[in-house]
Amino acid sequence: MNFDLRFPVGLMFTLFGLLLTGVGVFGSAELYKKSLGINMNLWWGLVLLAFGLWMLLLAFRGKRKKL
Amino acid sequence: MQPSIHLTAVDYSILAIYFLFVLGIGYALKRHVKASGDFFLSGRSIPAWVTGLAFLSANLGAQEVIGMAASGAKYGIMTSHFYWVGAIPAMVFLAIFMMPFYYGSKARSVPEYLKMRFDEKTRGFNACSFAVMTVFSSGISLHALAKLLEILVHWNYWTCIFVSALIVLIYIFLGGLTSAIYNEVLQFFMIVLGFAPLVFLGLKDVGGWAALKEKLQPVALEQHFPADAWSHSWLHMGSNLENPMGIGWFGMVAGLGFVLSFGYWCTDFLVVQRAMAADSMSAARRTPLIAAVPKMLFPALVILPGMIAIAIHHADGGKFLPPGADGTPDYNMTIPVMLARYFPTGLLGIGFTALMASFMSGMAGNVTAFNTVWTYDIYQSYIAPGKSDAHYLHMGRVATVFGILISIAAAAVARQFNNIMDMLQLVFGFVNAPLFATFLLGMFWKRTTGHGAFFGLLSGTLAAALFHTLALTAGTSPGLIKGGVLAQVLVFHSDMGKNFWMAIVAWTTCFVLTVLISLMTKRTKTDQELAGLVYSLTPKKKAEDESWYMRPVTLGILVLLATAALNIIFR
Repeated sequence: MNFDLRFPVGLMFTLFGLLLTGVGVFGSAELYKKSLGINMNLWWGLVLLAFGLWMLLLAFRGKRKKL
Repeated sequence: MQPSIHLTAVDYSILAIYFLFVLGIGYALKRHVKASGDFFLSGRSIPAWVTGLAFLSANLGAQEVIGMAASGAKYGIMTSHFYWVGAIPAMVFLAIFMMPFYYGSKARSVPEYLKMRFDEKTRGFNACSFAVMTVFSSGISLHALAKLLEILVHWNYWTCIFVSALIVLIYIFLGGLTSAIYNEVLQFFMIVLGFAPLVFLGLKDVGGWAALKEKLQPVALEQHFPADAWSHSWLHMGSNLENPMGIGWFGMVAGLGFVLSFGYWCTDFLVVQRAMAADSMSAARRTPLIAAVPKMLFPALVILPGMIAIAIHHADGGKFLPPGADGTPDYNMTIPVMLARYFPTGLLGIGFTALMASFMSGMAGNVTAFNTVWTYDIYQSYIAPGKSDAHYLHMGRVATVFGILISIAAAAVARQFNNIMDMLQLVFGFVNAPLFATFLLGMFWKRTTGHGAFFGLLSGTLAAALFHTLALTAGTSPGLIKGGVLAQVLVFHSDMGKNFWMAIVAWTTCFVLTVLISLMTKRTKTDQELAGLVYSLTPKKKAEDESWYMRPVTLGILVLLATAALNIIFR
């Protein structure tokens, strides 16, 4: 039996999400001249965070079912 | 000016976290590898959604991401034919008609299926050409990555080669195919989530889809095509002079849609291996279908950026993309240029990591296919048969190491002599083009014999080579790589048109000769031996205990209907 792949996927994207959201909140607005004035770090960070947490949730629910 | 990317501490941390996970997955899987079947076949224990995404990701290498964006810029939305005419129908065919024989026969590789169905020589031919092809493809992927990083972030070429080769080596060495498959899924999410914001920002910058179509008109007019040539995939296929690909609809549908795509998706062990690792027959059959759903949406992710880039390039007065060696824009730089232009630090780390992930997934896919074919079909069959399972498991790890060493050597050759790589890819094209005829006849006509298959395949390959020496693309001068060395009997409007027609000729030659030779030679395998390998001799299994909407046929029809709809919407 191999381990559930959703754990590492969820964990990695949760980390990426936190990192990007952090830069989005604390970074300077100067950064976003490139991205057409949109704070892409904040918004995409939240998307990655949501995806990561969703994967983790699925993994935990899958684990409970097996027990 | 070549684009250049400035990475900061955040970007480096993202890259570091990613590599930590990649290596961590390999390490965590190490204790599950106990027998050769675990290493080469993942013990046939992987759920369908994982094999499905890996099936897709193994093909999502550098050629796909960089190359499809380049084609999007060069040919516009016509590039979608590689997906909506090429890949998807072939993937559905593999799932419904061919997977039962691959998975059901318990063959451990595609060449081994050929051995069971035909004979030793057909397997040997396929195994050897495939093994050579995979290590060189992996080398080409490695070279392309290092060259790109050298330009983009000014890293040392050889450091890039050795570091990326080492990472791929470690995780495959530890966890075998499972490790490659798990990492391919990680890469899949990385690539989708890393490039999606690029499409969003690009599309916003250009002013939306309607504005993009408008801005593509001068691009088309400048090259003397109808104004809407870049935003219609079918409208201008009536004549090969009216569209940028330079091919008519018949050549495209038969050459790309039938011969080349079915040949690749249905017979290339690189992708088929992923489906063979699934945990049940129905999971194996669902694998290509699960892959087909994201695949059908990929044009938005990989072709659209190319179309956006060429529109901006034209509106900008030709400053967006850097010039290539021949003065035309360097289309291969589309994705890197857009990353540099739109992504702020942070998001840039994600996009940059996605780019590296795509190169590595292409390389790892080739390496795992190579070590399996080498160990089972060449080493165990011809060099050292009858050894213990532990011996072959050990051989698989050794093969991984020398497969990667040959890849590095191939990268070095590619750096020095670009022509040798072009030459090799040309030869692979000769070998691959006729292959699907052999499988089609083998699986659906029990009368096909080993001699028929082998000599049919050989003459198909020779026919492709002969065609190449007689055909030339208009506006190029004859040569070994460009073709037309013997004579210039056939002149095409584009390289693509020439390739598609070469494939048609090779396939037809192989098909006709396999039938003729089979009829002239005696059958060597009895009906009993062919049960489970040929359609008419395999008992039809009753539908497995799954609801009607999960059955492969239902899913396949849905996938085809959706693909037809996409073709109609973007005609």
